[in-house]
Amino acid sequence: MTKPDNPNKTRFGFETRMIHAGAAPEPVTGARQTPIYQNTSYVFHDADHAASLFNLQSFGFIYSRLANPTVAVLEERLASLENGRGATCCASGHAAQILTFFAFMEPGDEFVASNKLYGGSLTQFGKTFKKFDWHAHLVDTDDLAAVRAAITPKCKALFVESLANPGGVVSDLEPLAEIAHQAGLVFIVDNTLATPYLCQPFDWGADLIVHSTTKFLSGNGTSMGGAVIDSGTFDWGQNDKFGGLTAPEPAYHGLTFYETFGDLAFTTLSHMVGLRDLGATMAPMNAFQTLLGIETLSLRMERHCANAQDVAEFLAGHELVAWVSYAGLESDPYHGRAQKYLGGRAGSVFTFGVNGVTGGYEMGMRVVESCELFSHLANVGDARSLILHPASTIHRQLTDEQRDTAGAGPDVVRLSIGLETLDDLLADLDQALHRAAAEGDKAAE
Amino acid sequence: MSETPNGGELAYSDSQLRAILRSVRTIAMVGISPRWNRPSFFAMKYLQTKGYRVVPVNPGAAGQAILGETCYAALREVPGGIDMVDVFRDAEAAGAVVDEAIALRHDKGIQVVWMQLGIRNDAAAARATAAGLTVIMDRCPKIEYGRLHAELSWGGFNSRIISSRRRRAQIL
Ligand SMILES: Cc1ncc(COP(=O)(O)O)c(C=O)c1O
Repeated sequence: MTKPDNPNKTRFGFETRMIHAGAAPEPVTGARQTPIYQNTSYVFHDADHAASLFNLQSFGFIYSRLANPTVAVLEERLASLENGRGATCCASGHAAQILTFFAFMEPGDEFVASNKLYGGSLTQFGKTFKKFDWHAHLVDTDDLAAVRAAITPKCKALFVESLANPGGVVSDLEPLAEIAHQAGLVFIVDNTLATPYLCQPFDWGADLIVHSTTKFLSGNGTSMGGAVIDSGTFDWGQNDKFGGLTAPEPAYHGLTFYETFGDLAFTTLSHMVGLRDLGATMAPMNAFQTLLGIETLSLRMERHCANAQDVAEFLAGHELVAWVSYAGLESDPYHGRAQKYLGGRAGSVFTFGVNGVTGGYEMGMRVVESCELFSHLANVGDARSLILHPASTIHRQLTDEQRDTAGAGPDVVRLSIGLETLDDLLADLDQALHRAAAEGDKAAE
Repeated sequence: MSETPNGGELAYSDSQLRAILRSVRTIAMVGISPRWNRPSFFAMKYLQTKGYRVVPVNPGAAGQAILGETCYAALREVPGGIDMVDVFRDAEAAGAVVDEAIALRHDKGIQVVWMQLGIRNDAAAARATAAGLTVIMDRCPKIEYGRLHAELSWGGFNSRIISSRRRRAQIL
């Protein structure tokens, strides 16, 4: 059962909101495209106006570390596309994760997260968060009993990726939301690889959505960025876990965010406390580039997914390929969930393993190095097709066991399928596989 | 945060809210707190900067000045006209405030009863509507004003407003 009557929904369709949400013509000049407000600070009318802004009594801009008009357009656009109440943009996807947890985590607090996350998130949660005395319990979130068992009294949140990078895992959002809510936890979904075009996590019970806007949203590999979007429906006052929102805030003279701002509380706090003190602000130019990217999100995602489907089918039938993990394939264990949660499209990031006489690790690296069209780099969600050997790169910091559970074992090659001509992509992978196999045979002789 | 709704979803069109906020000038705010860090104080201060006259009503603060306006113990003690009554009391107490507004509607010229975000009293709303008043429930006039004038968007919020029209620039 999906949540009925989300009050943040409008009568406008997704594609209309991709282009228009947040971006009415600029009233002073009539500029139609969103202006880049490349400035740090904003003039007050008088001392009383300044005071009411600093006291959070009026809407308005003070200093671009907190809020900026160009970034605000992107925030409203993302809030609209996810059908949330508000959004806070920041410097990167990783910054968005810190900003999100910072709103309610105290030293000693814990949360439960999937063990099949983007490797950088596993490292952030497992290593850096420990320095804040925040503790992640990483579990297989396909095992609902294990998720329930991992929840301790100190746990405040459950975190998963809707479509996980790189393993192609589609999370079962609906029962996970139920488990989180039964335990009074906030349910956070990283919707980076699915994008709001494929997946609407708030419809399935998510409370907060995080994004690396660096990927499909900006879409051209130009701009780092992140965002956290609030549904506005989580009751922060239901238990005593969320003092960050429900306890008086000394820096604002004892104001209580949840009581004062209601469903605006999380987003207000993320700007006026989170960005104020963590300082990981998104640059206006990056917000502008990301807004341009989002204008074509649906068109690009259709092509990304169509190309990815064909590449995955080609590889699944290739003599030199051992396995393909892509939820778009009917044989894939996540195929059913892709129908339910992703509208039957499985995104464009997936993994495969290479057959070979020598070890998978060397074969994987050789395939990557043999490509002429796929770019060997550490990103996903670009217009260009990308290839990477996670075990030797982005998942290097992890243990062998963590790598295997995250779907990044030694033989794994990750693809991010771009928008190029399909035949050219197939030809490049075919020649790379044959070249790698020939080199492998030579090495074995 | 909201009381258990007695009826279905409340839906007010943007044009209805815009018309109310455009037509009223004097707002009696019942249940306002004289403490500067309370939500009602925020709302009063904001609405004042938008050109509304806000008259505070709270028996506990009667006789005090709040943001330059004398606070009264009850609606009937407010001198002069009132266009809108903004109710900052819980759903149960809101019933009596609404009945007072109904009783005073001709004397004071009251047109609108507005119950704050989180407050809904369907029985009181039905009485007020039957008496010819316009009723809004479970909304905040500050947030709605900000939303309809693109200020809420500055905070990264979803205004749900899509428009290709150029607004008249307002220098506030
Ligand atoms: C699913 C996912 N989440 C978060 C991140 C981190 O985002 P960023 O690189 O923008 O910090 C990434 C980046 O690869 C990602 O793929």
